[in-house]
Amino acid sequence: MASLKELRNRIASVKATQKITKAMQMVAAAKLKRAQEAAEAARPYAERMGTVLANIAGAVSGTDAPPLMAGTGKDDVHLLVVATAERGLCGGFNSQIAKKAREHIRALLRDGKTVKVLCVGKKGYDILRRDHGDLIIDRVDLREVKKIGFENAHEIARQVIGLFEKGEFDICTLFYSEFQSVMSQVPTALQIIPAAVPTEDAGEGSDAVYEYEPDAPSILADLIPRNISVQIFRALLENAAGEMGAKMTAMDSATRNAGEMIDKLSITYNRQRQAQITKELIEIISGAEAL
Amino acid sequence: MAQSFKFDLVSPERLLVSQDVESVVIPGTEGELTVMATHAPTMTSIKPGVVAVAADGKTERYVVFGGFADILPDSCTVLAESAVHVDDINREDLARRIQDAREDIEDAKDHETRLRAEEFLHQLTTLEGAILPA
Repeated sequence: MASLKELRNRIASVKATQKITKAMQMVAAAKLKRAQEAAEAARPYAERMGTVLANIAGAVSGTDAPPLMAGTGKDDVHLLVVATAERGLCGGFNSQIAKKAREHIRALLRDGKTVKVLCVGKKGYDILRRDHGDLIIDRVDLREVKKIGFENAHEIARQVIGLFEKGEFDICTLFYSEFQSVMSQVPTALQIIPAAVPTEDAGEGSDAVYEYEPDAPSILADLIPRNISVQIFRALLENAAGEMGAKMTAMDSATRNAGEMIDKLSITYNRQRQAQITKELIEIISGAEAL
Repeated sequence: MAQSFKFDLVSPERLLVSQDVESVVIPGTEGELTVMATHAPTMTSIKPGVVAVAADGKTERYVVFGGFADILPDSCTVLAESAVHVDDINREDLARRIQDAREDIEDAKDHETRLRAEEFLHQLTTLEGAILPA
């Protein structure tokens, strides 16, 4: 059995850990609020982009569609963009995304496709490197980025589009975690190339005949890459909010576990202390009786 | 008073303006255009420039760097790649963009890319001249 001193040290160390997890939880809560606000602020743009895209896609007939929308007509080479967090200590957040990506990779490899992986975020890279290190072509590091801006997403999109134009892949899928609530983040796969253009609901969209300046195909050619940036941006923001939510939950339960542990250790400590006092008393009394 | 219509200016990071306005000047790639209520449905891409929004007798100016405008008779939406109020424009940021554009020209491999980069730089320097008093 551990000595009283050992127990005291244990309790002190668990208390210190609890303080840290508690602080991390509070930091995550504050950051979560900001991340959620950023995600919300980005929503109108994405929505409008969707409507504009639907409008214009209707105007451009299939043959004029740029390759980014129509695809290459093949599906031999897949590029997987796996967006995860830069830091751990957020429960199963990163491993969930990585797991989803890994399942997808396995399924594709089984079908005899070629797979390439682009990792955004350190954690996803660390996890995927173990099994599929040879498939990872590049990784994007956002550790230095304090607040995710559109520029960061744009940079990734440019890289992806550059690869596409070089004919490096046929289909691009983006993996990220959709933020549903603080408690639940759902890993999601989203195909971004060829772009799935939202089809306009009959009756809702305006049937106005547009004038295009310059012309519809060139606007569309400009719009699609931008839409890819927007989708990546949205994924990054959802990830940021999800990471903070997951971290908050994880740290909350860590704090609670630490509390439970302290309680348990304190009981053992007190019990032992009492046992020792009793033992000492018995020794004194029996010593006195012997005289 | 002129008839008003709904105007939205959104950038990927936030919604800057969403209100009823009387007129909006948009720097389209094919030239500036003023949008008023009951404008013909138009879709145009935007070059770097100033969007001037007139509402309630006041004109607010915003600097945008590329994007799209979706114009309908009763509404107008500007999807800007990046947009800031003219008072909040950051000199260094603009200088950086111009520097980037210059580098793009240096890096341009074929004639067409170079042409596009030069045009973009020209638009940026014009914009700089327009908003920053020397």
